[in-house]
Amino acid sequence: MDENLRKSIILEHYSNPINKGLVNDKKYVKINMNSSSCIDNLDFMVKIENGIIKDARFDGEACAISTAASSIMMNLIIGKKIEEVEDIIINYEAMINEESYNDKLLKEACVFDQIYKQANRKKCALLPFEGLKRILSQEKE
Amino acid sequence: MNFNKDFNILSSGINYLDNCATTLKPNSVIEALSDYYKNYSANAHRGDYDMSLKVDNKISETRKKVARFINAKDYKEIIFTSGATESLNMIIMGYFLNRLKPGDEILTTKAEHASLLLPWFYVAKKTNAKIKYIDLNSNLEVTLDNVKKAVTKNTKVISLAHVTNVMGDIRPIKEIIKYAHENNILVVVDGAQSVPHDTVDVSNLDVDFLAFSAHKMLGPTGLGVLYGKEKLLKEMQPIITGGGMNAFFDSLMNVEYKDIPDKFEAGTPNVAGIIGFSKAIDYLNELGMENVHKYEVDLKKYLVSKLSKLKNIIIYNKDIPNGIVTFNVDGVFAQDVAAYLNKKGICVRVGSHCAKTLSEVLGVKNTCRASLYFYNTKQDVDKLVEALDNDNILYDSL
Repeated sequence: MDENLRKSIILEHYSNPINKGLVNDKKYVKINMNSSSCIDNLDFMVKIENGIIKDARFDGEACAISTAASSIMMNLIIGKKIEEVEDIIINYEAMINEESYNDKLLKEACVFDQIYKQANRKKCALLPFEGLKRILSQEKE
Repeated sequence: MNFNKDFNILSSGINYLDNCATTLKPNSVIEALSDYYKNYSANAHRGDYDMSLKVDNKISETRKKVARFINAKDYKEIIFTSGATESLNMIIMGYFLNRLKPGDEILTTKAEHASLLLPWFYVAKKTNAKIKYIDLNSNLEVTLDNVKKAVTKNTKVISLAHVTNVMGDIRPIKEIIKYAHENNILVVVDGAQSVPHDTVDVSNLDVDFLAFSAHKMLGPTGLGVLYGKEKLLKEMQPIITGGGMNAFFDSLMNVEYKDIPDKFEAGTPNVAGIIGFSKAIDYLNELGMENVHKYEVDLKKYLVSKLSKLKNIIIYNKDIPNGIVTFNVDGVFAQDVAAYLNKKGICVRVGSHCAKTLSEVLGVKNTCRASLYFYNTKQDVDKLVEALDNDNILYDSL
């Protein structure tokens, strides 16, 4: 992907994030992701019904990378089955860690395919997906 | 002066401006560590053979050197710990936990580091003593007047940093201690950001307890100092017990501890660290702490005068005379600023800097901090200013 296009997609999601702002609804599973190594501090909430992600939202204070990654994640997962989402997470983590992955599954999230060049920001790109993983494992219990 | 020959990292092209977190180490310190490990790596307290005696002597020499460095009355008042955090925990848990009563008051501020506040929180919960905060003035500084206002007949201890790690403000410690002692209050000072950067004279200040870390003053990591007045240290309980600190024990649980400083140094000490620290103090003595301080103040003035010309920069502590500059780039999250500067080889720290209660009064949660030391140059400052003189920092951080 062209570098300017990549940066402008990230900035667009940072400036106008999708589903930013929480709702007061007990049907959502909620989690706080407070990175220990940086200052990102985001809340995530996901509504799951019959094994499908019905809605997802996030809010908080964080850098451009983790905010944009959260926004892009919202787009990727809403309406998908849990198994599909798990597959997306595996492929996303593989991309961040420079392993082979299926870019068709990740769509816009491929803007982070160069993030390994800034090692200190990998954790920012991973943060929302870490949060999602925790929510899914809570849901399974 | 050019320090490149003594600090390898300085010639690597990296612009290191995070000296509040830790400082670089000169070759003399690194060589002393290496010399110990290569040539005489015996344990301490085993003076039965020459190599071990050499270790004991080195530790003892360093203890005396540290005592002279902060002008302690006696070398026995110098305890080696793993760092300022452990020193503070040992003081607060070892001296105050057993002495504070329900209703007693611990006076501190909201601008303190976690390593000072959290042990006090623990002790307050255990003893039902109360934590009270001294009001900060509009510049977020502690004044003697506000200390006086906060002191009550129940105040037993005042505990605060000499210099804070976020704003870098310098507290009127001597005046506070004088006032505290007139009211039978003890004073515990975190010297982690003051001892490395200016002359700190414990006898002149009359401070009761002082904590600082070696790695923030050219020394190795994993080593710190606990200073306490002899009388207080004799009354203080060790929170870590074991070998090297006991004089006698038997199966009936009769135990007798050694005298200070040994009583507080259970287990094998950080021998290499202590030996390296000795060289760090030599280095600082050679420079002269007044000169270190003056150089940092001048370099900060230079940085602030240049940064102030940039429209997009907010500086929070322009006038404080030391080497700490806390700032934000208007409209850019601090983390993104640091990521951008990192791309240019400039190391600054972002965050709440372990002082999470400060945001309650500062009104800003996260800031960038550039902290200077004597080896930083005007060229380092120019590089930082040049990098920040950019309207597209967010875009360029990606």
